[in-house]
Amino acid sequence: MDARLGFSTVDTAVHQPHPDPVVRLRNFTRRFGANTIIDGLDIDIAPGEFIALLGRSGSGKTTLLRTLAGLDEVRGQDVEVPDSRAVVFQDARLLPWKPVWKNVGLGLKGEIRPRAEAALKEVGLSHRIDAWPLTLSGGEAQRAALARALVREPKLLLLDEPFAALDALTRYRMHDLVLSLWRRHRPAVLIVTHDVEEAIALADRVLVLDQGRIVAEERITAPRGERASFSARLREKLLSTLGGDDHGVVPFASTLEAAE
Amino acid sequence: MASLAIGHSHGAKRSRRRISLSRFGGRWLSPVLLLLLWELGSRSGLIPERTLAAPSAVIGTLIEMVISGELPSNLLVSFARVAAGLLMGVGLGLALGLVAGLSRAGELAVDPLMQIKRTIPALALTPLFIVWFGIGETPKVALIAFATIFPVYLNLYSGIRSVDLRLLDAAKSFGLSRAEQIWHVILPSALPSLLVGLRYALSVSILVLVVAEQINASAGLGYLINNARDFMRTDIIVVCLMVYAILGLGADWLVRVIEARALVWRPSIVEQ
Repeated sequence: MDARLGFSTVDTAVHQPHPDPVVRLRNFTRRFGANTIIDGLDIDIAPGEFIALLGRSGSGKTTLLRTLAGLDEVRGQDVEVPDSRAVVFQDARLLPWKPVWKNVGLGLKGEIRPRAEAALKEVGLSHRIDAWPLTLSGGEAQRAALARALVREPKLLLLDEPFAALDALTRYRMHDLVLSLWRRHRPAVLIVTHDVEEAIALADRVLVLDQGRIVAEERITAPRGERASFSARLREKLLSTLGGDDHGVVPFASTLEAAE
Repeated sequence: MASLAIGHSHGAKRSRRRISLSRFGGRWLSPVLLLLLWELGSRSGLIPERTLAAPSAVIGTLIEMVISGELPSNLLVSFARVAAGLLMGVGLGLALGLVAGLSRAGELAVDPLMQIKRTIPALALTPLFIVWFGIGETPKVALIAFATIFPVYLNLYSGIRSVDLRLLDAAKSFGLSRAEQIWHVILPSALPSLLVGLRYALSVSILVLVVAEQINASAGLGYLINNARDFMRTDIIVVCLMVYAILGLGADWLVRVIEARALVWRPSIVEQ
């Protein structure tokens, strides 16, 4: 691919993986009964890298995320994930019986209030520090969930469709917030999403997962904010891999046409 | 359009006023009327005193019994029975509910027994308990304890089991230990259900108290009622019934207070 495009298909033969990755999966396979959900997956994530994982429902992305989050057992598999990791789920999953700051400090040892305060200030939620989670708006709840993840200073931050339930305006604000937090703290980030635009706007590298395999991998070199020029072409490319041949369904087909 | 809107708002205002009237005055109207009719019936001789004493006579008796200390001392005896029985029953229910709720082995060991126990009405055990424990305080307390185990057990057990697995996953992903998961996630989520169980247990305990106290008591509210029956003192019987009702109301109030403090995080469904 032409470098002027701002993005390039990753050639695994040429591309050198990071010597000391945060996440390293080799030939990772996961089956439930006769169903193979994930099939011989190799993934490296470098420290501080921002990766977007695209895939339709049933592509195995939730299973992969659960594995990286340490929620599923990985007996006898070659899986390396850092101990310090944190997840932000699509539904904020705050404990409703604890005020926001205690949710942020959940499981931390020692004096947690000042740390929670600092984290909530970073996500712009200082004014809701003592609020009950059920009184928060969707965007506020996701900010609190981000604060809860960041207060742990994770090496790996996992975002599971974190903005899917938010309205468009709030979603764009959250994109900016996530990017600024990422720049400040530099965790490796893996965001699972089905929103191609979101993936292009945020990530250094976009992976497309289909039927438990990586079917496309694009590295985006253009700085964020200067991606408008090629985002339509990249989106088209990613959608064609996402669309899948034997399934016959092309998601967002109408928006594609509208963009051209 | 405008006139229609005005007419509508008028209607709404009037109906709101009507609701507030029924709230603050209306609800007392019919009970007070009934009391008046009762008093009138007693005075006119329509209701003989042997059948039912007049409300004024009941109030007089109540004041008399309070001043003489007869009512407070016997109330204390009954109260102690309920308290002792509840302490044991709720304690056992909590312990069994935790064991069955938190471990698969505990569920296998405890739940079948509890389901069998549930099929036996507590009061049907009265004769057996008399044979075992005699006619002193023990069978009375034991009956209350036995009857209050189940509501606490069942509600705690099902409360624990209906924990939101997504919240539990989140807690796991933040590296909480099993004990921390139980303390921060499972138990708080079971609390609303447990409080429902506690409320049941309290009302059951008073119900069982009434029956248990009929067993050859020499003190307590039941003793007062039995004595009054022998002397056909309907006024004393009515006083004791009132006290039972107040005990029930007090128990309910207690749980409400606990709920209000423990569940502040819940948005109130009903507007205050």
